[in-house]
Amino acid sequence: MSADLLEAVARDGDKQAFAALFAEYAPRIKAYLRRLGANDGLAEELAQEVMLTVWRRAHLFDRRQAAVSTWVFTIARNKRIDAIRRDRWPEVDPDDPALVPEASEPADKMVEADQRQAKLRKAIATLPEQQAMLLRMSFFEDKSHSMIAEELKLPLGTVKSRVRLALARMRTMLEDLQ
Amino acid sequence: MVQHMPPEELLLDYAAGSLPEPLALLVATQMTLSPETRAEVRALESLGGALLEETEPAEMAPHALDSVLARLDEKPRAASVAAGRRAGKAGDAVAEAGSSVGTSSVDDETARLLPAPLRVYLEGRVSDLPWRQRGGQVAECELLPDHAGYRTRLIRIKAGAGVPAHTHAGREYTLVLDGSFSDETGRYARGDVAVADDEVDHQPIAGPERDCICLAVTDAPLKMTGPVGRFLNFFVDM
Repeated sequence: MSADLLEAVARDGDKQAFAALFAEYAPRIKAYLRRLGANDGLAEELAQEVMLTVWRRAHLFDRRQAAVSTWVFTIARNKRIDAIRRDRWPEVDPDDPALVPEASEPADKMVEADQRQAKLRKAIATLPEQQAMLLRMSFFEDKSHSMIAEELKLPLGTVKSRVRLALARMRTMLEDLQ
Repeated sequence: MVQHMPPEELLLDYAAGSLPEPLALLVATQMTLSPETRAEVRALESLGGALLEETEPAEMAPHALDSVLARLDEKPRAASVAAGRRAGKAGDAVAEAGSSVGTSSVDDETARLLPAPLRVYLEGRVSDLPWRQRGGQVAECELLPDHAGYRTRLIRIKAGAGVPAHTHAGREYTLVLDGSFSDETGRYARGDVAVADDEVDHQPIAGPERDCICLAVTDAPLKMTGPVGRFLNFFVDM
């Protein structure tokens, strides 16, 4: 179980656990970065750096907050923004005096994130192909929804409503699968 | 609680990392003010994670794992990367890029008022910003002047004042930072985002309680950004 592996890395510096995570995630991170415009050499280098960051920040992982794949995805996404887009990326600062904090979560709402992830994958599998394709394009191509509209030669409104439908469907399914 | 969150597709693009910088600035600033938006973005990042799990793996180089294992004891270069990112690209920020950009150069009141993602683009107190008067009731301050295709502005509307009727060449996203405004679609207060496009002829009126300060990002069609476009902008924008 990925969360157990990552916690072993954080707690014990467990290199075998890290190797297992590497086998699972590095090749997929590389595929992700290649789709977003990195050539093979750059994707290889960046995927290795993402896994290095996974090692260094393992102590920050909280299995109640996010699944391992989500956590790894955000590291890979930020690496892509930094190294491929080469843009400044505005982010929320957790120490910001202007931050409006969360109301505290009731304990029974903290469903384990890995379990939620399995349900999410089931929900994606049931989406109509057009909606699933839009979601994949949003994450795995370097295009905002308005650029996707241009590429598919669809009105922007159509792309927006399909995206909203897809997300609404996902939400409903996740509730049904609770 | 925030009543008007940014549109879902903006949040999706933010979670995916494909949003252009001016809109990412607007989203991150709004997220600071809205735990609901943060929860939504986290849910969208979970979607990214699930899609990553399903991705066909690419082949790693023959000794990739060994290379990484050999580097586990390396000191991270994190400090220089972060400083480089904060300094930003030349000409992109109103403030001069430098190591003191950030909270150290603003007073407490400004820090409370302006969320951190926005403060990075500014320097000094809100009142010291290079405000330009646009008529008696409205002032604006241009941010990210070199970002082609987008106009990014801080806008201040005097309490109780109306903004003259106008439409937009593109879509305008307006995040309220202080005070409030109302138009035919509702009332917008701190943390709320209003969306207006060229179908809407809107006349926002600032609430009476205090001046209304907003961050506005307009995605102008490319044809409006040339010299003729800038001339026309003077008439179609406020």
